[in-house]
Amino acid sequence: MITKENYKNDIKNYQPKPKLLKNCIKAFVVGGLICLIGQGLTVFYTEVFGFSEKAAGNPVVTTLILLSALLTGFGVYDKIGQFAGAGSAVPVTGFANSITSAALEHKSEGLVLGVASNMFKLAGSVIVFGTVSAYIVGMIRYLIEQFL
Amino acid sequence: MKIGKQSWQFNQGVYVQAAGTVTGPREKQGPLGEFYDYSFDELHCNEKNWESAERALLQKSIDICLGKTNIRQDAIDLFISGDLLNQNVSSNYVARDIPSPFLCVFGACSTSMETVAIGSSLIDSGNCKNVIASTSSHYSTAERQFRYPTEYGGQKPDTATATVTGAGTLLLNNEPSDIQVEGATIGKVIDYGVTDPLDLGSAMAPAAADTIVQHMKDFGRKPEDYDLILTGDLSSVGSPIVKKMTEQSGYDMEGIHRDCGLMVYHTNQQVFAGGSGCACSAVVSYGYILQQLKENNLKKVLIVATGALLSPTLVQQKETIPCIAHGVVLQRTDV
Repeated sequence: MITKENYKNDIKNYQPKPKLLKNCIKAFVVGGLICLIGQGLTVFYTEVFGFSEKAAGNPVVTTLILLSALLTGFGVYDKIGQFAGAGSAVPVTGFANSITSAALEHKSEGLVLGVASNMFKLAGSVIVFGTVSAYIVGMIRYLIEQFL
Repeated sequence: MKIGKQSWQFNQGVYVQAAGTVTGPREKQGPLGEFYDYSFDELHCNEKNWESAERALLQKSIDICLGKTNIRQDAIDLFISGDLLNQNVSSNYVARDIPSPFLCVFGACSTSMETVAIGSSLIDSGNCKNVIASTSSHYSTAERQFRYPTEYGGQKPDTATATVTGAGTLLLNNEPSDIQVEGATIGKVIDYGVTDPLDLGSAMAPAAADTIVQHMKDFGRKPEDYDLILTGDLSSVGSPIVKKMTEQSGYDMEGIHRDCGLMVYHTNQQVFAGGSGCACSAVVSYGYILQQLKENNLKKVLIVATGALLSPTLVQQKETIPCIAHGVVLQRTDV
């Protein structure tokens, strides 16, 4: 019996079950693969260009962002995203995809009001919460160091 | 003439003169690909951006529809159209080039049957002679307005649907033809409290059930009186729900019901639960169903186009999703 009062429960059996385990495994494998590529790049930059391991971080992230932006432009990253879910959304490549896809989408409204104004539409919240939480954690650390 | 509580019966005779259906490439590859008049081979439809691509679809469907008859464009008494975009831009901007009075409607994905119902009523009452009823939707304009940028790599659940890229136009008037619009049932806005914009099948099923049950009551009919009861875009999630709900009310549609969203694509086309959008019911009905009626494979069909009247802003404000469904009866004139 499907009723208005209890609609969401009554229709549970008609809805496809989210494939949690399968999605977790896919996210783990693809996310791990992206990190493996990152590690490979770190080795490449330290061995070939003589970066220190710490300094290699910047060119590694930049390279991953470039790759992700290119894959977004070629229309591949959204397909990876549908397959991998959090696996391709959480790493820096997902962040780059959210910016590139928004920029591409709003190209039709011009460079200033379209691309520039909208490219952080999705990524903006990540930046806001990233900055705010970094500030809070920094303050906590500072206070602990001062008074303990 | 009003019949029952929410329905109109067109006693003076309202007939379908011609139809025009245009789609994008993915619909062409679907099971009904051969029934569309024209299909663009890429999503941009030779235009600069997605919004003009949608207008190109709409304009082409009108041109094709009118091209099939000898009725001149200036003989059209009314152009009725609607789409999914804010301010109904596709319809309003295409109407700039149509030399006829224009009524713009918004019924989300129920727009197809809403325009046909309004048009038929105006012909039946004698206020209009020739009416064109159109609607359009485009995968990328809908994604961008209701969801995320098209290239964004977010994961969608299996309950999501894929917006049909296409447009459909119907030319109606009072000169007898093979197919007539026999009646219509105008739906109420129904909200069963679904909040997930990626599960519109569940949200719209109660609206469809309400309109179907009301239609049967108003006309004093049973589902068996129809060869087919076609819903718009309930998808694989909403279709079994609507069947269950109408059965609960005493109208069993088993073997009679089909859903346009499940007919427009093959299951291996990665469209999640099925197709959706204004064009979903339009291209299936005006392309495939009309052809079946013409060939006498179907005699009497109830088409119930279903619309989720959601706004992304209100979804974010945690509002539930109101839905609506409008039904139109198409039948062979000789039945």
